[in-house]
Amino acid sequence: MSQITVDENAPAIDVQQLHKYFGDNQVLTGIDFHVDRGTVVCVIGPSGSGKSTLLRCINRLEEPTSGKVFVEGVEVTDPDIDLDALRARIGMVFQQFNLFPHLSVLDNLTVAQTKVKKRKKDEAVEVARRNLEKVGLAEREDSYPAHLSGGQQQRIAIARALSMDPDLMLFDEPTSALDPELVGDVLGVMKDLASEGMTMMVVTHEMGFAREVGHKLVFMDGGVIVEEGDPRTVLGDPQEERTQSFLSKVL
Amino acid sequence: MAMSPRKRAQVSRGIQYAVLGVVVVAIALAADWGTLQQTFLNGEILPELFPDLFTVALKNTIYYTAGAFVFGLVLGLVLALMRLSSVGPYRWIATTFIEFFRGVPALIVFIGFYYGLPVAFPGRALPGGTFGTVTVALGLVGAAYMAETIRAGIQAVPKGQVEAARSLGMSSTRAMVTIVIPQAFRIILPPLTNELILLTKDSSLVYLIGLSFSDYELTKFGREGLNQYTNLTPLFAAALCYLLITVPLSVVVRRMEARADRAR
Ligand SMILES: Nc1ncnc2c1ncn2[C@@H]1O[C@H](COP(=O)(O)OP(=O)(O)OP(=O)(O)O)[C@@H](O)[C@H]1O
Ligand SMILES: [Mg+2]
Repeated sequence: MSQITVDENAPAIDVQQLHKYFGDNQVLTGIDFHVDRGTVVCVIGPSGSGKSTLLRCINRLEEPTSGKVFVEGVEVTDPDIDLDALRARIGMVFQQFNLFPHLSVLDNLTVAQTKVKKRKKDEAVEVARRNLEKVGLAEREDSYPAHLSGGQQQRIAIARALSMDPDLMLFDEPTSALDPELVGDVLGVMKDLASEGMTMMVVTHEMGFAREVGHKLVFMDGGVIVEEGDPRTVLGDPQEERTQSFLSKVL
Repeated sequence: MAMSPRKRAQVSRGIQYAVLGVVVVAIALAADWGTLQQTFLNGEILPELFPDLFTVALKNTIYYTAGAFVFGLVLGLVLALMRLSSVGPYRWIATTFIEFFRGVPALIVFIGFYYGLPVAFPGRALPGGTFGTVTVALGLVGAAYMAETIRAGIQAVPKGQVEAARSLGMSSTRAMVTIVIPQAFRIILPPLTNELILLTKDSSLVYLIGLSFSDYELTKFGREGLNQYTNLTPLFAAALCYLLITVPLSVVVRRMEARADRAR
């Protein structure tokens, strides 16, 4: 499975001239950008600006129309690549959690470990328990997703992704579907991850998180990157007019 | 005289009950109960039906139905996956099959199958004798209906489930087998059980084909009894046996639907 050879010196994510159309609708227009290893990059922008599409092109849940995407030096957009092996190394967390409702929490965390990584059941369970501990839900391993709050479900989803030992993590608005009082728990888990040096790309509306945890902030609008840089600089002193008008609405 | 809507509803309900009561009483008075009982539940004939009614007829009905259901379910799943396939010819084959077997009366399928196969493949027979033939013939019809049910179930599983599975590195087949299909079957358990009820009744078509006594199912058993005794009691007993199977299944379906409603 792992005939993928990682280039140790390449950036975690490297996107070159990425274009994406849905039919005639151009959603991404020549995106160039990269995420360095061990950094947290936050992506903000108005609804429909293409943030999710960009994120989903990185593990090819969405098929780029043209351009190249590299993850740790491996070309994702190469048609011959073992996509499943590559995806197993990229954790993804969704706005709607997408836990498997027919499986218990523990099975949610072990199913891909045993079926994709071919880990022994014992080992998978051990890894799962360690990650449940990490997200503060060790006692819920026998629960089913429907019996958990949104915040708990999202933390389980993070633990599920972590159980594959990913090299990097993609988050698509992980707290947008949560009641406000539950947002903090999830952000807390993400902060811990960041401080452990996990490479993360986070589409978010949480400006506080971006400022505090992010190493880089990217502002997208209309399928292009309008402005990017140090989060404190972009948020505090935006250079582009579109950034200024967006921030004046959300801050 | 002005009536409140509530009052008016009560009056109209009362009138409905009264009419219903009159009809029931009229039927009860007009019917010839003595002869009815002689014809439908004859005390002399009834005991003679046992134990064969259960040990042969009911047993065979359950066997045929179960065989056809399992065969139909497996074939239906394959057809559903073919209908959802990105490969054109798979879709066309499945669609043709489904339209054909849903559009033709089961009775004709049965006759065509039973008499057509030996002509098409002389000297060969399906394994399993009557059971094998019935399983396949009835299963083909059941599969066409179940395929559509299963397809709807698969499509009802949110797209995010596949995306989550794929993002964890599962292949599309793996995601289908471990994530989508188990959820689809939970969704379609009630309609599938209804399908089982329909199949139970359709198994009566077996009476069309020549059988030895040990292969009799309920309807055949009842009709033979009808000829033998020139009395409807055997057929009526067979009908009660069908209810013995179908009513509990209906109750199960209603329970499942109620539970699904509550979960929503
Ligand atoms: N599967 C699809 N088919 C067709 N159009 C799509 C599809 N997915 C997204 N789009 C379109 O692409 C554009 C960008 O969508 P995208 O989801 O990437 O935006 P976003 O920045 O994530 O917005 P939001 O903040 O609302 O999540 C939108 O106009 C959307 O309608
Ligand atoms: Mg989005």
